[in-house]
Amino acid sequence: MLDPIFLSLKVSLIASCFVFVVGLATARITARNVFAGKDVVESLFMLPMVLPPTVLGYGLLVLIGKRSALGGLLMDMGIQLIFTWWAAVLASAVVAFPLMYQSAKAAFTSIDLSLEHAARTLGSGEFRIFFHITLPLAWPGILAGLILSFARALGEFGATLMVAGNIPGKTQTIPLAIYSAVETGDNEIAQKLVLVITLVSFLTVFWLNRWLRKKVTVWKKGDETRVAVSHP
Amino acid sequence: MKPVLQSVIHKKYPSFSVDVEFTLDQGIQVLFGPSGSGKTTILNCLAGLQKPDSGFISLNGKVFFSSKDGINIPVRQRRIGYVFQDYALFPHMTVKDNVLFGIPSHCKKAKQYRLSVLEVLEMLKITHLQGRYPKDLSGGEKQRVALARALMVEPELLLLDEPLSALDSETRRSLQKELKELQRIWQIPFVLVTHSRKEMSTLADEVLFIERGKCVGKVSSQASHFQNKPLTKKEALK
Repeated sequence: MLDPIFLSLKVSLIASCFVFVVGLATARITARNVFAGKDVVESLFMLPMVLPPTVLGYGLLVLIGKRSALGGLLMDMGIQLIFTWWAAVLASAVVAFPLMYQSAKAAFTSIDLSLEHAARTLGSGEFRIFFHITLPLAWPGILAGLILSFARALGEFGATLMVAGNIPGKTQTIPLAIYSAVETGDNEIAQKLVLVITLVSFLTVFWLNRWLRKKVTVWKKGDETRVAVSHP
Repeated sequence: MKPVLQSVIHKKYPSFSVDVEFTLDQGIQVLFGPSGSGKTTILNCLAGLQKPDSGFISLNGKVFFSSKDGINIPVRQRRIGYVFQDYALFPHMTVKDNVLFGIPSHCKKAKQYRLSVLEVLEMLKITHLQGRYPKDLSGGEKQRVALARALMVEPELLLLDEPLSALDSETRRSLQKELKELQRIWQIPFVLVTHSRKEMSTLADEVLFIERGKCVGKVSSQASHFQNKPLTKKEALK
């Protein structure tokens, strides 16, 4: 019973790390830049949220399956992605990405442009502006996105089943283990796992809400509402 | 002698275009005109936040922008102070950190900046606010902090976008006086944008009237105070 729990945590944590980096970078680019085909790109980014997980799973199979170009290339290099827990990481990351992207983008766009302009006139380069102005001010939104991505990755079932399979001790995460337990009539295991994942998910969201309320001050300035981290 | 600031700015927008040309030596230059006449665009072009379609900008002999020679110096290398209309103070930093933001960190560590923070805070009467966050400041206090922050980097030109419009009349009066004094102490040109006639008449050494992106008139006040011997920063502090 412990195997699925540890595996789920491992998969979700690693998937969240990928989602954090990629989501932050893409959100930053789309929040402040205008380019040809931006609407198309943004719609594609949001697609994993609305598509059935089976469609994503199928898409990933086509992408990294043994007979695909990328999968074949990886096989030649001695790397098998499909039906390993890394495939579960990939599936979770794809499904969780829109949550991170959406939150981070909203957080970036809510920051007053004149703050970044002011930093520029004070002699700062773009790197310093990002790490000293943009990131700290957008942090509550970014963290919210990260936590929600983690929770979503933890619950990922459909796409994971298709690309990683349901191999006990290898790729069987909590949702898959619950499914198998119910299928084989092992209600005791199913109930315990349901309890664990519900509890972990509840605590995550509960803590996030508490933290956001405590840490974020919303103050009105003219008509616009800005969000910033408050300090003791 | 060449003027301190030379600028020729042409910038096209869908509905109108900005075409201005002016030079400036010392004192406070007021850009006066109704909202939407392109005043802020002119400030942004001087600071480098916006790029003119064509033109020429130079300050103290250094060329910042020249469409002819393909020169466009980035904002952070121009050393132009900018006080924004809504002050743009960093909400997550204390007053002190805001004021120190423009000082490079290696100078901060070695305490190598020429202007002491305390002197500047003292001059603007905000020493007691050092530890506060912008959200706990009044409008007038925010304005002083924004001024201090812009002056700490020792700019060669200071731009002020509607600096007094959000303040009550009493604060406005005292800040008007201080702005004039600051300019005399600092001895750098100020370019100030306003749509208030009263502000223009009390502050301006020279006024450019802007309408629909064009300069429609220019007035210089009796610039007698330019002949006065300038105070040094040290003298002024005493």
